[in-house]
Amino acid sequence: MKDLWTKTLERIGRSPTRIEATSSVMAIVCGLLFGLALMLIVNPLEAFPGFFTVITGPFQEGLRSLGNMFYFGVPIILTGLSVAFAFRTGLFNIGATGQLTMGALTAVYIGVNWGFLGPFHWVVAVLGAMLAGALWGAIPGLLKAFRNVHEVVTSIMLNYVAMYFNTMIIMNFLYDFQASRTAHPLPSARLPVLFLQNIFPGSRINIGIFIAVFFVAITHILLKKTTFGYELKATGFSRDASRYAGMNEKRNIVLAMVIAGAISGVAGAMMYLIPGRHLPYETILITEGFTGIAIALLGLSAPIGVMLAGLFYGALHQGGTYLQLYDFRPEIIDIIIAVIIYFSALSLFLQKIVKTFIDKRTKASMGLSEEVETR
Amino acid sequence: MNEFASFMYYILPIILMNMAPLALVALGGLYTEKSGVINIALEGIMVMGAFTSVYAATLFTGWFAGMSIQIVVLIGLLIGALLGTIFSLTHAFASIHMKSNQIISATALNLFAVAFAVFTARTIYGHRRLPFTETTMIREVPFLSSVPIIGPVFFTNAYLSTYIIVLIFAASMVILYKTKLGLRLRSCGEHPQAAESLGVNVYKIRYIGVLASGALAGMGGAAYAFTFQRQFGGEVFGFGFLALAVMISGQWRPMRILLVALFFSFMRLLATQSDSFPGLNQLNLPSQLYRMLPYVATLVVLAFTSKKSQAPRAAGEPYDSGKR
Repeated sequence: MKDLWTKTLERIGRSPTRIEATSSVMAIVCGLLFGLALMLIVNPLEAFPGFFTVITGPFQEGLRSLGNMFYFGVPIILTGLSVAFAFRTGLFNIGATGQLTMGALTAVYIGVNWGFLGPFHWVVAVLGAMLAGALWGAIPGLLKAFRNVHEVVTSIMLNYVAMYFNTMIIMNFLYDFQASRTAHPLPSARLPVLFLQNIFPGSRINIGIFIAVFFVAITHILLKKTTFGYELKATGFSRDASRYAGMNEKRNIVLAMVIAGAISGVAGAMMYLIPGRHLPYETILITEGFTGIAIALLGLSAPIGVMLAGLFYGALHQGGTYLQLYDFRPEIIDIIIAVIIYFSALSLFLQKIVKTFIDKRTKASMGLSEEVETR
Repeated sequence: MNEFASFMYYILPIILMNMAPLALVALGGLYTEKSGVINIALEGIMVMGAFTSVYAATLFTGWFAGMSIQIVVLIGLLIGALLGTIFSLTHAFASIHMKSNQIISATALNLFAVAFAVFTARTIYGHRRLPFTETTMIREVPFLSSVPIIGPVFFTNAYLSTYIIVLIFAASMVILYKTKLGLRLRSCGEHPQAAESLGVNVYKIRYIGVLASGALAGMGGAAYAFTFQRQFGGEVFGFGFLALAVMISGQWRPMRILLVALFFSFMRLLATQSDSFPGLNQLNLPSQLYRMLPYVATLVVLAFTSKKSQAPRAAGEPYDSGKR
């Protein structure tokens, strides 16, 4: 038993990626513990049962809740992918929210008005969302590349511009006065459910999960296997060095933001081309874009890591839907996410802890074995 | 002419009331960036400051029914500053001691603040809005309001926070440019290794910078909530980010920051009062178009001012005393 323990530690210690992954897990644990502490303060009696329900969310109602985990995970995987992709090029895409809003607005607009498209309706709506997100992402990219404006400030400003633009378009063109809310996309624009309804009966899962996996695969190949992906990463490591190496670093920055924006735009389509969900038009930023930052960090900015982290978020969110039963407010999930981001910002420190811990343990046992060998 | 004068007397106090919190939070941003730490958590710190100060004000007006509202506001501003300081400690710890990515840690604070404010309000009151609805405006300052020109502009329909903010801004200019502490602060943002070689404790100075920004942003949040929002709902709608943009477009210089803040306040005035502007109200444009204005203006201003940025050279870099 002890042998297995040291062996696992050794195995983790040998690879930097595994140390990073361990620090991600530690960040998650810290966030969850913070949530538990908060629940204990608010309502000590219900805290433990409530907490247990949150972390076992996807298994509460069998396949139905498992399907919902995928459903909640989809937009988060996509926004996380968007942030992670920009990260790889050294850009901090805090504007995923704005890109998502523009994508959602475009998708809903096409979904409401372009019924003549028939069976292609939802496909065109998703593509439209992608295009809108890409255009919205291009603005901070262009400003960064050609005017040296920090992308964080510009994309934050664009989040608010998108929010008011969204309100303006809805109020003037997409408002359903009878129901006093945003008009609903036509049935032909809804995301197909396919055979998934039979596997996960009663859940809200749809084709979105396949689209998310598709984008994970595409970005993984792009970053790992293509020259373009290599150039993007090189630009991320050092803008000047990549320029000296003959790369067009300005083009790379713009393209990275365009792709990141496109993925966020698709996330917007995934969220609102669904029966029963209405695009909000109040002055509230859609939070999924910010959650994407957490997911990108937890996933170590690698597409596959983002997918796993996004599914974790889906599980957490599904668990959060049961919180009302225990008289807790669901915002506690947002608090937990924020604390997880904070601890993943401390990842350097967490990695150091992991490393020294592993070094101590493995060296202690290795030191002994070396002695035996020298004798 | 008389009509014009009364129109100016109407809008100038509104511009002033927009400008004061914006300049204060931008000043907070200046402190932290001058010391070498980027703090985009100003938004979240404002939310924390606003939430706690309004909550405290709600309690105080309940406990002491006869208390003057201006004293409640004063206590609220101080509590906002205190909470902002405490909250920014987490960012200071992460970015100074832990050498973490300053933008990520600040983003965590931004998300935490809104979630925490909404969660707490809903746990206590069942909804996200705090039930504080008192008017905090001072109709007329005695004596001073009757001075011609200055009186109607500065001393009618004013807010206590505006005067406090003017004092803090003046004091800060002295601290930053005329004292030893100010010099040390600025040197830590330009070349911390050089500062350390001369015996300056870089960690301590950076903590001072970040905590000062926390105090100012927290107070700014309180001032914002008391000035603009009848029932605080856990949001300051990008005001903190706007302040950050004001600081950047002001090229990290207090006087320019004031000028830019004036410009942005005018934009915000257009955004909120577009229907009472002669000329504008006949255009019949959707109000959201005006609401976008401050943010679009920021983009345009930044696009033209960022090419040769005068940011403190070491801002955003974790301090590494061994670096050459």
